Amino acid sequence: MTEATTKIELRDVRKSFGDKLVLRGVDLKVEKGKSMVIIGGSGTGKSVTLKCVLGLLNADGGEINVDGQDVCKLRGRKREEQMKKFGMLFQGGALFDSLPVWENVAFGLIHGKRMTREEARVIAIEKLKAVGLGEKVSTLLPAELSGGMQKRVSLARAIATNPDIIFFDEPTTGLDPIMADVINELIVQCVKDLGATALSITHDMASVRKIADDVAMIYEGRIIWTGPVADLDHSGNPYVDQFIHGRADGPIGRNTAI
Amino acid sequence: MSDFKSASLETARHISGRALDLCAMIGHSVMQFFGSVGRLTEFAGKAVAHVFMPPWFFKQMGRQFVDIGYYSLAVVGLTALFSGMVLALQSYTGFSRFNAEGAIANVVALSITRELAPVLAGLMVAGRIGASIAAEIGTMRVTEQIDALTTLSVNPMKYLVVPRVFAGTVIMPFLVLVADIIGIFGGFIVAVFKLGFGPYTYIEQTWNFLEWNDVASGLVKAAVFGFIVTLMGCYNGYNSARGAQGVGAATTNAVVSASILILIFNYLLTQMFFS
Repeated sequence: MTEATTKIELRDVRKSFGDKLVLRGVDLKVEKGKSMVIIGGSGTGKSVTLKCVLGLLNADGGEINVDGQDVCKLRGRKREEQMKKFGMLFQGGALFDSLPVWENVAFGLIHGKRMTREEARVIAIEKLKAVGLGEKVSTLLPAELSGGMQKRVSLARAIATNPDIIFFDEPTTGLDPIMADVINELIVQCVKDLGATALSITHDMASVRKIADDVAMIYEGRIIWTGPVADLDHSGNPYVDQFIHGRADGPIGRNTAI
Repeated sequence: MSDFKSASLETARHISGRALDLCAMIGHSVMQFFGSVGRLTEFAGKAVAHVFMPPWFFKQMGRQFVDIGYYSLAVVGLTALFSGMVLALQSYTGFSRFNAEGAIANVVALSITRELAPVLAGLMVAGRIGASIAAEIGTMRVTEQIDALTTLSVNPMKYLVVPRVFAGTVIMPFLVLVADIIGIFGGFIVAVFKLGFGPYTYIEQTWNFLEWNDVASGLVKAAVFGFIVTLMGCYNGYNSARGAQGVGAATTNAVVSASILILIFNYLLTQMFFS
């Protein structure tokens, strides 16, 4: 029963860079239609985990199943087809600075889904409206936008192709608390509207409480706790307790970066 | 006696330790060199393979033709013009020592078409285009734009590398053809207006002396140099390290490696064509 609703499953995923072990056997399940947030300190392997699922990094070992298919074994066209299921909001936005806003949003539609530019433009402007940006913004270049607006454009690009799975990499980093909350609400709304599965990484606890259905904590390259967001405050795990309360003293050392 | 023996043993151990360190350092450098050559060859192979596999990004390709070809015309043209002028002047002062001033037109035409136009154009384009490609792609790497391309189901090799390498390889021969004409014209200006040669005689001499393979060999060199410049720009940018320093290093490496490879391949191609 559980197997049928599992969208993403990581089994014993390992990754190292030279002699630096980053992932030491990550096990994680993300249920279909749920929003899973991975929390953890800097350098604990959050981004590497996400990049391994996306295929931007190749895992050294283990299995990463998306819809029951091991994505580590996919190459070439099959990998590109698999990518069409994904949408991604990057930490820094990663907008193409040579293209206007609407072309950034429409990029996956034009080049990935082979839509005409006119059709893609209409959808891009709809998606921009969905994230609270008017048509006037569509002709601007990314450099002409504020940080918050860039994040919105990046979110619009992530949802433009109506992906099954959306990844959020530190979605509120660098934003003021009000803008961060706006982005969190947009993420919840967009994921709900699309009925998508979401996998996010963050160390912003306000963001976690807003967007997560389930939470997993990564520490020293392993998932050490996972559970519903409602259980986060009484997890019974000293590492989780220390992290969510932001205490300097506790089992997590001050120099835990791997 | 035993003190002397132990001191000798210690010295021998010290020397062998240093020798081993030296061997390890040389071995590491050799491994790194061959590793780099291997990675570059793999990258070049992928770039060439993707040229023949759809989808093709024609808009990107068009932009590169304009950037590499049209916008390099001025710098390549000026380089060729002054090289031709200097060549005529130098040949005159040199050849007049044994009364061979009449060969100036031939020397200018041969030097420009076979060597100077392709090599100087290659080096100028390496400075202008190789650096800009490495900086642009390197910045895209650092700001995760290349990762974003992948997540949007677009292969970065096809979108970023193929248009640049293809445009560079195809447009360079045209640039060099223009440089040939301007370079010969530079020699003509000096010969006619400064050294007192007859204009018709100079043109006739150039035309009669030049053979098609003089020009063709220069154009083949140009295509190879165009490939080298754009490939090195793309390779260094694509593998740029993080941060501003990484992009800076990628840009420097792109220009230096392309310039050195141009000089090496110039020798190899010259030997292949004329030996």
